Amino acid sequence: MKKELTIFDNPKNVKRLRNGFFVALVLVLIAESFVEMHGEFSVEHFYGFYAVYGFISYVLLIFVAKLLRKIIMRKEDYYDE
Amino acid sequence: MMNSMLPPALIFILGAVLIPFLRGKVKALYMLALPVIVFIILLNLSLGNTWIVEFWGYELIMGRVDKLSLIFAYVFTIMAFLGILFALQVKDNLQHVSGIIYAGSTLGVVLAGDFLSLYLFWEIMAVSSTFLILASRTKASREAGFRYILVHLIGGLFLLAGIVLYVQKTGTIAFDYIGLSGIESYLIFIGIALNAAAIPLHAWLPDAYPMGTPTSTVFLSAFTTKSAVYLLIRTFPGADILLVIGGLMVSVPIFYAVLENDIRRVLSYSLMNQVGFMMVGIGIGSELALNGAVAHAFCHIIYKALLFMAAGSVLQMTGKIKCTEIGGLYKTMPLTCLFCMVGALSISAFPFFSGFVSKSMIISASAHEKIFLIWMVLQFASTGVVDHAGIKVPFFTFFGHDAGIRAKEPPLNMLLAMGIAAALCVGLGVFYQPLYNMLPFPVHYTPYTGAHVVGQLQLLMFGALAFTLLILSGYYVPEVRSKNLDADWTYRKLGRFFYRILDKGLNSLNRLSEGVLMGVVKGLVTFFKSAAVKIALFVSVNIWLLLGYRDKRLEIKKNRLYNDIIQGTLPIGIGAAVAISFILLVFILT
Repeated sequence: MKKELTIFDNPKNVKRLRNGFFVALVLVLIAESFVEMHGEFSVEHFYGFYAVYGFISYVLLIFVAKLLRKIIMRKEDYYDE
Repeated sequence: MMNSMLPPALIFILGAVLIPFLRGKVKALYMLALPVIVFIILLNLSLGNTWIVEFWGYELIMGRVDKLSLIFAYVFTIMAFLGILFALQVKDNLQHVSGIIYAGSTLGVVLAGDFLSLYLFWEIMAVSSTFLILASRTKASREAGFRYILVHLIGGLFLLAGIVLYVQKTGTIAFDYIGLSGIESYLIFIGIALNAAAIPLHAWLPDAYPMGTPTSTVFLSAFTTKSAVYLLIRTFPGADILLVIGGLMVSVPIFYAVLENDIRRVLSYSLMNQVGFMMVGIGIGSELALNGAVAHAFCHIIYKALLFMAAGSVLQMTGKIKCTEIGGLYKTMPLTCLFCMVGALSISAFPFFSGFVSKSMIISASAHEKIFLIWMVLQFASTGVVDHAGIKVPFFTFFGHDAGIRAKEPPLNMLLAMGIAAALCVGLGVFYQPLYNMLPFPVHYTPYTGAHVVGQLQLLMFGALAFTLLILSGYYVPEVRSKNLDADWTYRKLGRFFYRILDKGLNSLNRLSEGVLMGVVKGLVTFFKSAAVKIALFVSVNIWLLLGYRDKRLEIKKNRLYNDIIQGTLPIGIGAAVAISFILLVFILT
């Protein structure tokens, strides 16, 4: 039997990964104050614009997709007769 | 000196013919040598036209060598090498031969300086790629392949019609910038746009690409759409309609990618989304935007192939490729998982991966031209990429719920192909200058500014945060076995519906006309039959009267004659006489 990786079977490791991710999120937000955001559009000058836009886009994408599913979803064998 | 050698396209196409005769290591080395030889030839090319052939008074240019065609030729050749290496263990010669001919024909398209050789290679491309879909040898792949070739032949006809009109108008078969004006340019545009999977001419792509074999889809992902992108950059840069098409292509497919269950179909929609970025770049048409489109095509070919290779490896080793059936594969396929993650980070345009240095050029170009709506759409689409290609593909394949499958890593050659592709993705992301130097226009662009990196990281990571929160709270789109309707519905269902209508309509029309015709014919037959009887009776009765027959005997004679004619029991002599007398009568009366 080939040996298996089981690193994410341990909930502790998953938790560590998640916490690391949250720390990284805070870091990229703070990082914005150290760089000059030289955007062409005025929206880019709002602090954290990209973070907010990314989050909202993602949520919007998922919810619109869920609505779309109601219209376009068919059984797997829809085209087979 | 170069003229004495075969053009790269023919090295591949003619070289492929030998493959079925070779065996074992010789065959493997031979196949790998083809792209290496072509690459060396490309490196030694000088700019200008070469491989010029006279043909029926026309000048075929099989080697238009400039910075634009050269960079596409490079990446197609690199891709051919990766694709061949990845498919090396495949025993099926059909796949090797059609794959290499396909790669060759694409090089022919990219290096063609005239419409005639372009069209020739264009059609070889359509046919050879169809065999890659058919190579799965399943009912589904056969049907998808059939639809694929039909759509492409129709697209080819548009291109051909446009070419004929163009040549008639300009008097030359050479081409360069065309621009949208006049019917011929629109026909050519439609022909090319179909191959780029431009909405609404896109449905062949997500329909057919997931039907290939684990290795053949890797070939398919690279060539057709990007050779169309190359042609659009050359012939229609700055066409405003490409902004609309590109805007639709970056945004609409990502919704489908979210819903789709088949990983390779997710990647197909994702491919459309990435080509959408290139279309927007071509539509903007500035030097920065066109450079961005070229650079993005270069990077995209490699990371998209890498993702399709990872998906192909999973399909080959587990026999499964649907989100609902796989999961937890990192445990036994850690290398494939790692390579897939590199592809995912590249397509998501994470800093220090290849997508970042190319996609940001297009987005910056849209900002420089102050096209706010497109800029917002592109940023939205970038987040969408994080979802379907960046998270969904690796997460549901290698992590997520453990489906209990314990598949081994794929063979060494497949790992090697993925490893090289992954190294290129990171290499291009970090050492981007060689890529920028190859671009058609001089580059004055710095991808790694603090603002770019921070902005992009925020966009991607807060998108990922949204994913984390949605999946933890159970609001994420559940994976279900399903078929999602797309534009192919028009020719698969609506087409069938119209067929039925035509079937019903035309056939009942047939029946109706048959009925009418038969009625008329029957009527005429009866009329002429009775006419013959009446004429015969008229003639005979007069003769009988003259001969002295009266009353009952005359009646008997009349009845016998009548019955004989109607029942056809008349002795032939009399029948013939009646017929002749009828004809005579008609002849006399008219």
